[in-house]
Order: sequence, then structure tokens, then C-alpha cells
Amino acid sequence: MTVGFIMMCHTALDRAAQVARFMAEAGCPVVIHVDKRVRHRSYDKLVAALSDIDTISFSERFACDWGTWSLVAATQAASEQMLARNKAVRHVFLASGACLPLRPLPELIAYLDARPTTDFIESVTTADVGWTIGGLDVERFTLRFPFSWRKQRMAFDFYVRLQRRFRFKRRIPEGLDPHLGSQWWCLTRQTLSAILEDPKRRAYDRYFRRVWIPDESYFQTLARIYSTQIESRSLTLSKFDYQGKPHTFYDDHLQLLRRSDCFMARKIWPKADRLYRAFLSPSSEQAARAEPNPGKIDRLFAKAAERRVRGRAGLYMQSRYPVQDHENGKTCARYSVFHGFSDLFENFDIWLSKAIGGRVHGHIFDPERVEFSGGEKIYNGALTDSAALRDYNPKSFLTNLIWNTRGEHQCFQFGPRDNQDCNWFMATDPNAQISVVSGTWAIPLMRQNSNFSEIRREAARLQKIEKEHLDILGTMYVKARVRVWTMAEFIENPMEPLQAIIDEIRPRATRRLTEAPRMVDLTGFGQFLQNLKNQGMQPTVMGDFANVGEPQPADRDRGRPYIVR
Amino acid sequence: MGIWERYRLRLKRRQLRFRAFRKRRELLALKDRTSSIGARDVIAVAVLRNECVRLPYFLRYYRDLGVRHFFMIDNGSNDGSREYLAEQEDVSLWSTNASYKAARFGADWLNWLLFRYARGHWILALDVDEFLVYPFCDTRPVQALTDWLDTYNVRSFPAMVLDMYPKGPVGAERYREGQNPFEIAAYFDAGNYTISKNPSFQNLWIQGGPRARTMFADAPEDAPSLNKIPLVKWHWSYCFASSTHMLLPRGLNQIYDEWGGEKASGCLLHAKFLSTFEAKVEEELERREHFAGSREYLAYAESLKGETNLWCKWSEKYVNWRQLEILGLMSKGNWA
Repeated sequence: MTVGFIMMCHTALDRAAQVARFMAEAGCPVVIHVDKRVRHRSYDKLVAALSDIDTISFSERFACDWGTWSLVAATQAASEQMLARNKAVRHVFLASGACLPLRPLPELIAYLDARPTTDFIESVTTADVGWTIGGLDVERFTLRFPFSWRKQRMAFDFYVRLQRRFRFKRRIPEGLDPHLGSQWWCLTRQTLSAILEDPKRRAYDRYFRRVWIPDESYFQTLARIYSTQIESRSLTLSKFDYQGKPHTFYDDHLQLLRRSDCFMARKIWPKADRLYRAFLSPSSEQAARAEPNPGKIDRLFAKAAERRVRGRAGLYMQSRYPVQDHENGKTCARYSVFHGFSDLFENFDIWLSKAIGGRVHGHIFDPERVEFSGGEKIYNGALTDSAALRDYNPKSFLTNLIWNTRGEHQCFQFGPRDNQDCNWFMATDPNAQISVVSGTWAIPLMRQNSNFSEIRREAARLQKIEKEHLDILGTMYVKARVRVWTMAEFIENPMEPLQAIIDEIRPRATRRLTEAPRMVDLTGFGQFLQNLKNQGMQPTVMGDFANVGEPQPADRDRGRPYIVR
Repeated sequence: MGIWERYRLRLKRRQLRFRAFRKRRELLALKDRTSSIGARDVIAVAVLRNECVRLPYFLRYYRDLGVRHFFMIDNGSNDGSREYLAEQEDVSLWSTNASYKAARFGADWLNWLLFRYARGHWILALDVDEFLVYPFCDTRPVQALTDWLDTYNVRSFPAMVLDMYPKGPVGAERYREGQNPFEIAAYFDAGNYTISKNPSFQNLWIQGGPRARTMFADAPEDAPSLNKIPLVKWHWSYCFASSTHMLLPRGLNQIYDEWGGEKASGCLLHAKFLSTFEAKVEEELERREHFAGSREYLAYAESLKGETNLWCKWSEKYVNWRQLEILGLMSKGNWA
């Protein structure tokens, strides 16, 4: 007993001829259907090229359009011819001109001989498929589709909507339970002939003529009636992408295809010489003789679909430029913003870098220059410390920095003196951890050697900027992890908040903080604020210093268990 | 998009086509081998001037990728480029002494030749110092890419310019004819590119890289654009609107995904910074035929005075396309 191949061709006829010859030489009869649209000259050439083999025949030609009945009609004609001419055939295998057998055909024959009554046809009910194009599943069987989806999309969509609006429903012929599946099947003579010789075939054909994509449902549905044993999978490895187009295999897939242990693959790029050479050579010896297992290829294509649909989070590049709020991740990794800490503590970045065991930047949005960690002039990805380049596109700068340092948690200082363009961006970024001690910008002012009116003006400016930032952080749109303290609150007890922030950066760190950052000398700060008030400016963001008088850094005096002195 | 806006762009496109039509007289066909072009051939198009040293490798590189025919426009070379090209069997050669600038930096000439000879073909619009890298370019010829794009009815494929530079002063190692330029200029900037969107043409405007970093740090907005769309399935009604940076109709510029996904894209490795660079800068400053008063070349000349070294410790050494993919400079999209 043997297997007969039906081959549906419309392009790359030379490759089809090559494969057909390979099949015929292995003792399998082949019926070739060539699309009627193929030019006579090419068709004649194909016929002539295969004329020396009498087990290859050509069936009646139909003009085939994707998703239309013509494909089924062509298959029916070819199947009839196959069954009538080749009595020895027990299984009929439907393949296309872009298919390539991956294992020697005797193995396929042996495999089918061991399962003489099994029909290999993917056949699932409409409720169970998730891959239908255009969101149509059951409606494929209950609406009419006189227009081509590819060529008359507007008419197609309009007519579908119209039928939905008027609740139009076709009656599914009695005894049919609609099933869908890959159009590449392998049926037994019994099942196939039962389908073709069914007394009700005319009625079925008339019904399926107006079903959408009947080549994916005609045999799949009817086989359910006659088959004694259906194995609902296709022997052909054929992968579709998220748009319903078949993936193509190239030379570099050779090893993957070898290891898949599938019998047949589709579709092969016609110029993939190495694949055709490797799989059609008579001596192609392969060690693996296992059940088909396309898992690896599945993963490869699933990843490709994922990349096309969701992309890499936090990446902005020439072919991925998401509109706002559709970024699937505004940045690629978590990062921490320390607003106002560097004014309150001496060498805060050095202390922090020790505490988290990583590099910490200064004010990367500083108006003078980008203060990269360690005073670097140039940083990962060749970002420079030029403020002009950064300010030209601050958002690009930030996302580049985070992208370039993937795998390393970025921490940087921030404050009202810095470029504020990214405030909204960071506030709405779930990857950001923003900790704010408000009002510390006044500390450097206190020491500044300039006229008090100037200081007052500067204080008013900084307070306005900081308030705007705090307003952003208070809105309902915030996605970042935000913590805000006024300066007065914070210096009461700085270690607890710091510990919380650092625990969040390094959740698995077991050691607690042992050393507190050194707070700057705040002597005279209360008086300074009072002076500002006396000059008519109202400093509010630093909290209430009035009762404290001279604020005392609390941690110096209280014996905290985690502070080693 | 408003009707008025659409109409304006359509008018603009007609003007550009008419301009190209008028400029056709400036082109003198020296070798017209266009009759030998096959129906599915990919055609490379380039305008050049005095690039004799670069040509052998350029032609070899693209022949190996599967480009079947070259349209070369020689803009007044006197170093033998013309004679060399005329001998090549797969090159159609035109010559002109007209102004490069007046032809909108060669775009008018390109538009005319493409309109006349390349309808229905995939074309690659290049400079002779640009080398296309696309996903799987080491195992799949360019036809594999164009066939794949055809199945999705995609008409254009982007490739960002990636400036390559040597370690040490630009002119230190001499480039020999036929040599792979990236043996010398092996480094690039991996992650300092800024992107913004051009609202009227819908294309992305990419700047950055070593040129912005070293020569335009004070005036970043003047830094050269790096976005390009070199691979296009040509239709007679298309035209390059500004060099090969953007096209009309503007649907061709929408080569990026806006909903978070990645479309497929490549890179054009730019071998400008070789030993030939200094002579080129002098020549171009003399001619003043480049964009925006040749400000780019002015900046180059300025930086050349101090022995340009574009290399820094974060420069990335080029390995292959997969490296560029991982760095996020290009993407496979859903090609697998």
C-alpha cells in the first residue's frame, strides 16, 4: 500500500516539478493541479519536464483565489483522479507546490501503514479556534460571502455588517457540524471516497460554495461524518503568523527543520537551494525517527509574533516608535529618582552607591552638564555629558540611558534646578521609583553669597518649579512608585524612609543599612526661612519649621539599632 | 489628514515628478544596459563623484547580496570612476556635469531614472559609502527580503544610517581599493540616537551618533539626519521628497509601528570616515554643493583640524546584524 500526493501549484513550478519527481521516484503517484492563471508556456514546460514519469498526472485546472470555493473544487477533481487511477493508494496526502518532504518517503509510508484507518486532518469546532482571520468563526458558516476578502475588502466588510444588522443567518445543512482546520490533510481512501461519492454532495457543495474559506472547512467538516478514526493534526508543518500568512522557511532553518521530525513542511522559499538539496537528495540520512515534534519551530515563530505585536519594552527606534501610552513599557527597566536628597546630604550619591552596591549618578538633568556616575564624560552607548545634546531631546536621553544600561539599576539625583521636561514621562512610568524630599533646594541658597533680593527671587522660582512637579506627582495619572516627604518630616527620622527605598531597589538584600548619610549642617536654616518670609516670600514646600526653631538632625542623637558608630 | 493637506502633498508630488522630468536632459546615458534587467531583479541606484577607490567593494558587496543591476549617475568624476563603471556588465551608467545641489542633491535624477526604468522593481537607493545590513543578511539574499515584504504588501523598508569609524584618527590607516572598509572603520555608537516625528511627512527624524556627539554638540538640531528608506518597491507615481530620507506618498514613510510592536528594519553601515575623508571634505567645501550651505562639511573641516578621533571607550565594535538587533538599532519584526 502506498500514499498518493495531490500537489496544488501556482508559482515556482520548477520547484514543484523537483518535489513531484522525488515523490514519484519513491513510488508514490502524484496528481498535480496547476492554477489556471499560470501561463500556458510555463504549464507546458512543467508537463514536458515530468512527461518521463507515468505515475505523475495533471488534473483539470481551476483558477484559484485565496479563500474561495475554487480551491476545494480543484482538490475534489484531483482527488477523484487520484483514486480512480491508482488503486494501490490507501492514503491521499494534500500538499502544495511549496511543500518539502523532510523525512524520506518510505518512513511516511511505514508510518501510515502502521495506522491504516487513521485520517490525519486538523479538525476543530469553531468555538475552539483562536486563529481565524477577521474575527469570523461561526459566522463563516452562517453568513454569505460573495465578495473577495483580498480584492473587495470594502464590499466584503459592508456585506458582513449588513447581514449582522439584519440578523441574517444561513441554515447549516442537516447532519453537518462545522469544523475548521489546516487545509493540508492526509485522508484514507475510505474517507475521501465517501466524501466524494456522498449522495448529498451536491447539496453540501452548494452550501460550502458560499462559506468563507471553504478549503479550511469542507473536508474538515465532512471527514467528521465518515471517518472512523480522526487524528486531529496535520502531517504538514505549516505555521501562520498573526496576520494569517504562512511563515516561510529559508536555508538557515535547515537544522530546525531536521530536528522537527515532521514529514512535510510548508512553505519553503523557492530559492532556498540548500533546503531543497538537503531534503531531496536520495542519501539524506537522518538519525531521528521520532514522532513529529515542531516545538522549537513553534517557539521561534511565537517569539517573532510577540516581537511584532508587543516589541521590546522601552525601546525607541526606527521601526518602533509607539504613540504615547501605547509603549508596552515606557522604559525597559526600573530606575530610581532621588529628588532633593543631594542638597540635604553630603556626598549622597557615594553613600547610596555603597548602600545598593551599584553606580549612582548625580544630577543627570543638571543645566550645566550631565553628571554621570564618577564624573564620566561619556557613558554606556556613547551618551555624552553635553547638556545641549541632552536638552535637545530629554526623553530620548532618558530612555537611551535606561536602555543602554539594561541589567543595572539606574539611580540619579534630581531637583528643581534641573531640566524638568521628563517629569510627566517619569511620573507615568511604572518603572520609575520617585522619592521626593521637598524644599531642600533652599539649603544651598542659605549659603549662597549674593544679595538677598536675588536669593529671594531664586527661591520663589525654585519653589514654583518644585510645586509644579509635586502637582504632577499628585495627579491620578501617576504610575510611578512615588514617595513624598517635606524636609521637616524627613529630617525627623531619615533612616526609616531610606531603608524602605533601598529595600525596594534591592529586595533580596539581607543586610540592613549600617551607616547613615551625613546630613549637611542646618544651623541657621529656620532663621533663613524666617528671613525669606520677612522679605515677603512664603516658603511652604519644606514643611513646618516654625515650631522646631533650629532643626536638629534626629538620627545623630537617638540610638538607632542599625546605626553603627 | 485633512483633504486640503492631502491635496497639497499630491500637488507637491506632481511638482517633484515634473522637476525630475525636466532634469532628465541633464543626464547623458553612457552605458544603457537597462534592457538586460530581469522582471524580478532588484536594482541599486547611486549618485557618485570621484569614488573610484570605493567602487570595487561596493559593487561586490551588493552583487553578493543579490542585487542584479546598478544605475549609476556619475556627477563629473575625473578619477576614472566613470571608465571603471562603464566596463561593468551589470551597470547602466549616466553622466552629468550639472549641479548636484540644483538637482535637489541628486534626488531629481534618481526620481527620473526610477520613473523611467524601475517601475515595478524593488530598488535600493544608496550612496557608494553605504552598506545595507538587514535581518538574516548573512544567510538570505535580498530577494528573500523583498519576497517576504511582497507577501505583506509592504512597499518600503527602512534602514537607519549607522556611522562607522576607526579607532584612532580617521585618516591613520589608508583604505585600499577593494578592501572591506569595516576592517578599518569597525566601530559605531550604540545608543545615543534621538528620534522625533515629522508631522507633515509622517517620517521619523533620527539624529545622533558620532557626528552629533563630536561635531554638533553645540547645535544638535543641525546634526545630520540618519533616517533612510533605501529599499522601495517602485511605482511610477512615487518620488523621493528629500534625498532618500523621505518619500511621497507619505504612506511609504510609515515604516514604524505605533502601537508598541516592532516592524522589520535594517541599518546602512556608513563608511564615510576613512582615509579618503579628508580629501573629500576639501573637495566638497570647494564645490559647496551640499545640503544647508554644506554646514556638515564645514563642521567636518573644523574637526579635521584637530585630528578627528571619533572613537570613545563606549564605542561598540561591529560584529554582525544580530548584534545590531540585540542593541535595538534594527529589528527582525516578525520575520523569522
